[in-house]
Amino acid sequence: MAKVKAATGNEAVANALRQVNPDVCAAYPITPQTELMQRFSTFVSDGKVKTELVLVESEHSAMSACVGASAAGGRVVTATSAQGLALMWEVLFIASGTRLPIVMPVVNRALSAPLNIHGDHSDAMGARDSGWIQLWSENAQEAYDNTIQAFRIGEHMDVRLPVMINMDGFIISHSIARIEYLEDEEVSSFIGEFRLLNPLLDVARPVSYGPLILPDYYMEYRRAQSEVAARVPDVVMDVARDFEKLSGRKYGLFEAYRLDDADIGIVILNSAAGTSKDVIDEYRSRGVKAGLLKPRLYRPFPYREVGEALRHLKALCVLDRADAFGGSFGPVFIDVATSLYPYDVRPIMINKIYGLGGRDYMPDHAEAVLDELLQIAETGNVRRYKEYIGVRE
Amino acid sequence: MAKVLTLKELSKREINLSPGHRMCSGCGAPIVVKMVLLASDYPVVASNATGCLEVSSCISTYTAWKIPWIHNAFENAAATISGVEAMYRSLKRQGKITDEIKFIGFGGDGGTYDIGLQSLSGSMERGHDMLYICYDNGAYMNTGIQRSSATPFGADTTTRPVGSVVPGKTEKRKNLTKIIAAHNIPYAAQASPSHWSDLVKKVRKALEIKGPKFMNILAPCNRGWRSRSDDAIALSRLAVETCYWPLYEIEDGVTKITFKPKEKKPIVDFLKPQGRFKHLFKPENEALLARIQEDVDKEWEKLQKEEACFST
Repeated sequence: MAKVKAATGNEAVANALRQVNPDVCAAYPITPQTELMQRFSTFVSDGKVKTELVLVESEHSAMSACVGASAAGGRVVTATSAQGLALMWEVLFIASGTRLPIVMPVVNRALSAPLNIHGDHSDAMGARDSGWIQLWSENAQEAYDNTIQAFRIGEHMDVRLPVMINMDGFIISHSIARIEYLEDEEVSSFIGEFRLLNPLLDVARPVSYGPLILPDYYMEYRRAQSEVAARVPDVVMDVARDFEKLSGRKYGLFEAYRLDDADIGIVILNSAAGTSKDVIDEYRSRGVKAGLLKPRLYRPFPYREVGEALRHLKALCVLDRADAFGGSFGPVFIDVATSLYPYDVRPIMINKIYGLGGRDYMPDHAEAVLDELLQIAETGNVRRYKEYIGVRE
Repeated sequence: MAKVLTLKELSKREINLSPGHRMCSGCGAPIVVKMVLLASDYPVVASNATGCLEVSSCISTYTAWKIPWIHNAFENAAATISGVEAMYRSLKRQGKITDEIKFIGFGGDGGTYDIGLQSLSGSMERGHDMLYICYDNGAYMNTGIQRSSATPFGADTTTRPVGSVVPGKTEKRKNLTKIIAAHNIPYAAQASPSHWSDLVKKVRKALEIKGPKFMNILAPCNRGWRSRSDDAIALSRLAVETCYWPLYEIEDGVTKITFKPKEKKPIVDFLKPQGRFKHLFKPENEALLARIQEDVDKEWEKLQKEEACFST
């Protein structure tokens, strides 16, 4: 039986972590994640969880302690944002390369400089090729649901990889929304007992973690990791099906919204997808065939499935809440363009960079994008392939 | 208090760092590690900072470690073992594990004095039940003898090479043992492989104490010290007998010198056999030699005064 509550995104995810009841949590405060760990710490102080809480002196040590704890053999969590994720960067690759199923909510925030504490996706995009599974969440409900599913996905014996759950800083982390919580027992039986794999604490069977591997075998090791990543989408779908049976809420690799018969479409991550869907509904009511694709599993990116879902469009705009500096397009655009490359007939694509450092994404931004797409679909002419929107000229 | 082990008893114990590792011949670090592991009556889980010891002891698909061992990165051996220990405490509390296990982090001076200092400081302050061992060879030996904050004054290194205007390292060593002791941890000590009984005794004492412990152990490196490959023990003995590397412990804030040389040898006895100090023996560098002796004397004096503070 679901319990309906009003909660912030941070509160919802903290509650998910309480229900999961991990063995170890190592964390460090950073805005806008701080509230999440404060709430979780209260659960620890009140004896609501069995978790050993390690209050480290930096995010680098948070991830380092998570690696040690996970290799020791148990369920491990942390959470962070922006600079914290950047400081963890070195150890992110070690967590995934060592195949440790650590779970980490990331409350997305802009990277410095200039210093800014508000939501954009530059933090997680900087870690997109770190070997972590990335799930993205439109709202607090999705962040809660993704957090619970993350344990099943990462700990799956075919996967054993760390998982990042992304939600927009402040916009979702600090806004109060309606949440349907699962019962505690439903969550614990859904995730099941943690399955040990070569635990360090098995002193009768000593194992060595973190070897030096030189040119003779490094490449085989990396290929094995790439093959593991290829297995992730199937596991994500299996877990989503089980989760739907439990909660009634359906998840996939991405959400396709009014996309099947659409002529024009938008690809957009996280909270801005909600605003965009409202605008699409309005255009649909006017007879405009517009649709949307919101990636959920962003790493590994389901190229084939995304390509199939978008290939029929005439014109497509990918909206990125982060830029990939270097004169190219935003990161999501690059992935979507790659997905569509194999098709001879594919939509004309444009890229908009929006909402950096917490700049609001408004319905009129989505309207302007859809109007532009309509024109491109009609004329085939593109004014600009990439531009910043909602910015002073 | 752990029972004192005789050499005969130690010789009967299994050595948990197996032969066949690829440390240089004559290296002090594996001697230190073997002594530390021999000293434990308990199963040990160890972490290891990136460095000589790590790259030479676990090259896939071989490992020299007969105990559970984890290498994470360069600067985080302390944070890593603190995570292992946290999981141990969690599982023990939940009744999922019953073994009495001890946790040891190993790092060189680069991974401890420099890049790993924050990680070590955090782990000590958080009160984990762990022992951190720094094997101090006085430079970044793994990458090729670069200067660290543990490099002694005057030493020739590849990043502060002796040249026509630079006489080697121009700064003094950082006193890491004191820095870690200042965290008010229950036990911090300095040891040397030349004084194996003292070293083993300290490790055994540390492992019986609950909470964070730190030991700084001298580990001669013949490649970096430009010394003979059969000199590791002789040089570490000279380091102790010249009072360059005093053997002492700070237990619950009380300083105790555990070995006092009958006759304090001049520092040149320690410096002379090492090629990294060769230039100091040129006539124009006489003042530098005098300064090194002065610094050693001052530090030794200070340490004795600290000890005297606590003796009744």
